[in-house]
Amino acid sequence: MLELVRLVKKGAEASVYFASWFGEPAIAKVRFPKAYRHEKLDRRIRVSRTSSEAKFIREAREAGVPTPLIYFVDLKNTAIVMQYVDGPRLKDVLSPDTVGLCREVGRLLARLHAHGIVHNDPTTSNFILHKGRLVMVDFGLSIHSERLEDRAVDLHLLKEALAGGHSDIAPKAFSEALSGYSEVLGEGAKASVVRRVADIERRGRYA
Amino acid sequence: MAELLVLGIESTAHTFSCSVVRKGRKGEILSNVNSVYRPEKGGIHPREAARHHTAVAPEVLKECLDAARVGIGELDAIAYSAGPGLGPCLRVGAVVARALAYRYGKPLVPVNHAIGHIELGRLLTGAKDPVVLLVSGGHTAIACFGSRRWRVFGETLDLTIGQLLDQFGRAAGFPSPSGPLIESLAKRSDRFIDLPYVVKGNDVSFSGLLTAAKKLLSKEPLEDVCYSLQEVAFSMLTEVTERALAFSEKGELMVVGGVAANERLRSMLEFVAEEQGAELKVVPKAYSGDCGAQIAWTGALEFEAGISVPVDEAFVRQDWRFDRVEVCWSS
Ligand SMILES: Nc1ncnc2c1ncn2[C@@H]1O[C@H](COP(=O)(O)OP(=O)(O)O)[C@@H](O)[C@H]1O
Ligand SMILES: [Mg+2]
Repeated sequence: MLELVRLVKKGAEASVYFASWFGEPAIAKVRFPKAYRHEKLDRRIRVSRTSSEAKFIREAREAGVPTPLIYFVDLKNTAIVMQYVDGPRLKDVLSPDTVGLCREVGRLLARLHAHGIVHNDPTTSNFILHKGRLVMVDFGLSIHSERLEDRAVDLHLLKEALAGGHSDIAPKAFSEALSGYSEVLGEGAKASVVRRVADIERRGRYA
Repeated sequence: MAELLVLGIESTAHTFSCSVVRKGRKGEILSNVNSVYRPEKGGIHPREAARHHTAVAPEVLKECLDAARVGIGELDAIAYSAGPGLGPCLRVGAVVARALAYRYGKPLVPVNHAIGHIELGRLLTGAKDPVVLLVSGGHTAIACFGSRRWRVFGETLDLTIGQLLDQFGRAAGFPSPSGPLIESLAKRSDRFIDLPYVVKGNDVSFSGLLTAAKKLLSKEPLEDVCYSLQEVAFSMLTEVTERALAFSEKGELMVVGGVAANERLRSMLEFVAEEQGAELKVVPKAYSGDCGAQIAWTGALEFEAGISVPVDEAFVRQDWRFDRVEVCWSS
């Protein structure tokens, strides 16, 4: 049985509740309707994000990326109940002393990519530091893809998030992530994805 | 500081425009004259647009000065759009600006076109520290100001919203720019047809949406396709904008650029502004598209802060990103 205890975060897209699932500490992530968009479109977005989030959280774990266990998926109410992961977000602990954690971020992204998964929202709020390990969450925008372009967008998004939230250490943090990425996928894969990231950033908007 | 009179010349894409602004303690647009290149068929051809700009430049300039009742000799500075934009078009504006600066011995001020949209938006809406949604043919970006620069929170990964609407419109045989016709057709429908909705992090991608919407043209009623295209594209922008508002916790949302004129987009943004406790400020329709006033006004701000370039160093930069500009003026 599910019991919602308290609201942890009312995000722009979903609300996250601290909850209890048959007595286990849990997280309930609920996507509420958005009044600005057409009902049909709204429903489709919420259902597809909820179901793909649950699916990719499982698949990621099979790819060797720590993620919370999924307890329950309720597509009617577009809600997911999952294991509570205790610990701070990477966003709250990243500093010049802990920038080495970004190497693990790169490894995790590379493992996803190696298994044909692209996360599509790898910000520092979507990694939780639990007992010295990073656990990844927020797979609602994830896709299956082996395309270089999609992998590069993933790294571009990470880079943007680092620049936006951690401007003092962003270059170092991103190069740590790239080192971790090449540990898993090799220098060649890293080099081509880095080249594509540069492409994405250079893309002339008038071209 | 004494009053400044600044001429602004805009010529990044389809619009050639001149404007004179006066900047005292407040800003005032004394004149703004636009001439828009409208290709008979198809999209914008940079060289033909440039030819149009060259042809209309003397007349637009004269009309602008006459309307402002200002002689060139009275100007304090001449500002021009230095990028980003189409090379041949940018060069027309720069050539005119250089010639005037040289002939009349006036300081020359290069202005980033996107910063121009933002600064004019702030002048006209009174926004102080907003989340900015910049939606036009040249840009689709969400930005906030921090440590002397505009920081891009999210942007398009491929097409701009203006390119999406125009390229769709071209496939449907609409005149360019197609936004207004798409909007009026969309108003006649409320039948939603599924189309690809692609948000990645805080970025959007419109290329899949364009392809799918074009395919629908031969199968579904035109109004329904226009309606669905707008619903999907604007929902994507609204979603990312809401995220930026939640993340930045800023109390204002300012919308600038040509597509700011769209009423459906505006009504969607009203919802999220309210939800996030922000005040929605939309640039008035007359100044949402490309215009000389955005260049003149930003030029005045820059000139007051000491920015100008010698005539032989006046540059144009086709890919001049607005988040690279260090903002050293106050407004
Ligand atoms: N399983 C979990 N255990 C603990 N905290 C979580 C868990 N899932 C999410 N959170 C917390 O809630 C926040 C928001 O969840 P997330 O899935 O990232 O949703 P959003 O789409 O709103 O970002 C995360 O940044 C994290 O702090
Ligand atoms: Mg998140």
